[in-house]
Amino acid sequence: MRKLISLILLVIIAGGIVLSLKEIPFGISKIKIGDYYIKKGIEETGATNIVTSVVVSYRGFDTLGEITILFTAAIGLSAVLGTYRKRKAGEKVEPPSFIVKTGCRFLFPILLLVGAYIFIHGHLTPGGGFQGGAIIASAFLLMYLGCEGKRINENTSIVVEVLGALTFIVLGIIGLTIGKDFLFNFLPKGEPNTLLSAGIIPVIYIAIGFKVGSELAGIIDHLIEKNQ
Amino acid sequence: MEIVILILVFLMIVSAIAALIFKDLMNAVIASCVVSLIAAVLFYFLQAPDVAMAEAAIGAALVTGIFVIAVKRTKRFEE
Amino acid sequence: MNFLSEYIYYIGAFSLIFIGLFIVLAKKNLIKVIIGLSIVDTGINLFLITLGYIRGGTAPVFSKPGLKAENMVDPVPQALVLTAIVIGVAVLALALTLAIKLYKHYGTLNLRKIKEQKW
Repeated sequence: MRKLISLILLVIIAGGIVLSLKEIPFGISKIKIGDYYIKKGIEETGATNIVTSVVVSYRGFDTLGEITILFTAAIGLSAVLGTYRKRKAGEKVEPPSFIVKTGCRFLFPILLLVGAYIFIHGHLTPGGGFQGGAIIASAFLLMYLGCEGKRINENTSIVVEVLGALTFIVLGIIGLTIGKDFLFNFLPKGEPNTLLSAGIIPVIYIAIGFKVGSELAGIIDHLIEKNQ
Repeated sequence: MEIVILILVFLMIVSAIAALIFKDLMNAVIASCVVSLIAAVLFYFLQAPDVAMAEAAIGAALVTGIFVIAVKRTKRFEE
Repeated sequence: MNFLSEYIYYIGAFSLIFIGLFIVLAKKNLIKVIIGLSIVDTGINLFLITLGYIRGGTAPVFSKPGLKAENMVDPVPQALVLTAIVIGVAVLALALTLAIKLYKHYGTLNLRKIKEQKW
């Protein structure tokens, strides 16, 4: 009965959507504001990756809000799970097999390197702080799989997280005092397509990378540790 | 080119339906991981390499890991 | 065939959204409902990226000389979806934590059996 009602509801919604989608053709240019970002992006921000310049420069304030949501979710998670941390005696965790252990130890440093490369070159090639941070967090997930007993230091991860957020806000406020608006690009823009270009964009993206990486690794740490 | 995309979208829908049908939650989690992975490939075909990278790192690796931990801490089979 | 190749991305995105919504509406297991929410998330992201695509366009990265600004796809939906994915995983982890707590408290994941959750 419940399934039937849900199916009927979904069919009605699907009909409405099909009718409205006929008006939106696929693959035709619908750009309005994006056009400005593409044409003026390089000379205004110096970053060759336009997505990066939209995320960090044009809509940097939105990104600050999104990082706050991430932070709130992590805090809520640790508040719900509680803070006690003890392992029951007699309950033994099954050790990982030889292949998992060796593979994880081999891949862990490589994944850290790839993550760092991706968020350092965020303004030149596809990638950036969010992707690099996620790759670093998955490296830590691999560490929990392969090396039993090892875990991240919670204090270090909190300090890295707070420093990342603080760098973002302080750079924004310096921009506010030097220029006219929050996150004003006050460093020299340099030549496009070189590593040291685009002013404050790489600095902010590196800060975001550290913050996202430590945040997601902390979430995994909280979820796993209570398991034992 | 077009036929590849057709097959990929078909596989994606099939694995979403598999996530709906499976009674074993671990299998359902793996099926939803396949959905994310194919979505990452489609993002690449849609000329969005940034998003494809994020989806592959997060949708296919982290989300699956978190789900597996949660299933392990609760019950594995759906009654 | 022409129709299919024209609308295949829309079909994929909306199939994901509706399958996910059906899981949320019809299933009783809490973890299954959260899996459905993550599938809806993927579908919405795919739809937003599809709206910004231009036929024959290139990615909005000036990685080599000779790329024309007129041929690039829309960067704004990509920037939007990029952060939405990262927030999605954090919110998903929060939801799963609540599910684990509910299981510890009631001993079941079945939404019909949890007393305060009757529908």
